[in-house]
Amino acid sequence: MENFTPISAAIGGALIGLAAVLLMLFNGRIAGISGIADGLVNPRTDDRLWRLTFIIGLVAAPLAAALVGYGVPMPQMPTNYATIVVAGLLVGFGTRLGNGCTSGHGICGIARLSPRSITATGVFMIAAIVVVALTHHVIGG
Amino acid sequence: MPALASLLCGFIFGLGLVISQMVSPTKVLAFLDFFGIPSGTWDPSLAVVMAAGLAVAGTGYALVRPRTPIFDTQMHWPTATIIDRPLVIGAALFGIGWGLVGLCPGPAIADLATLSPGVIVFVIAMAVGMVANDLWQSRGARVVEQKLVGATAADG
Repeated sequence: MENFTPISAAIGGALIGLAAVLLMLFNGRIAGISGIADGLVNPRTDDRLWRLTFIIGLVAAPLAAALVGYGVPMPQMPTNYATIVVAGLLVGFGTRLGNGCTSGHGICGIARLSPRSITATGVFMIAAIVVVALTHHVIGG
Repeated sequence: MPALASLLCGFIFGLGLVISQMVSPTKVLAFLDFFGIPSGTWDPSLAVVMAAGLAVAGTGYALVRPRTPIFDTQMHWPTATIIDRPLVIGAALFGIGWGLVGLCPGPAIADLATLSPGVIVFVIAMAVGMVANDLWQSRGARVVEQKLVGATAADG
């Protein structure tokens, strides 16, 4: 467990929780990123501005961190673009079909003790763990 | 003002992702790789992120719940309660995509800041997946009706 970073994880997690609480206090909205992003691209949405500014804030954070010397390292992505496209499609389609992602279900939903969110989080965690086990140890081994 | 408030919230959320390193797919995959438990390479950081996030969000939600939001007339709490097939199938599809690359929507969007071509392609594919689901769900009048109610019923 040499890569375990409990302190930064706790601080970062607390900030994510704080952002969720503030968004509810200010705007009465759930801080589910897939829901917020979907509202930007969904042709039927009519409240795009707060969604757009949230996304801008989200992208601005790593830029601000870089300005003070804590640049985010280049994310390591699969070299195969087909994998990236399939994964992106699944994440986009799946989060909308299931009405939430790691933030909307995993943080906001479980924080409300929603049985739907607890179920969804269990399902996507198990699915991801199985996929990683298969791709890293069985197929890619 | 609501747009400014949400800019601040997005920024704080993003800082949380940066500080916790959840913007790193490698870090996320190191949590999801349970084969790392016996071999000693498992990284439980993501579980700590969630625990801390839940502690703050759970307490904070309980505190703000009785109030009216500052920039809206009501809080849009999700109203759906039934554990149905779309919820489970959607979560499973999302989990498969998450496990393939190690990116979920929040970190993927925050990582756009790195201008990584892989991340840009991922986010475009994600947006296409979302629109595909929106269009698919809007077929047939019955589903449209559900979706109109669903605008506030969505969980996240």
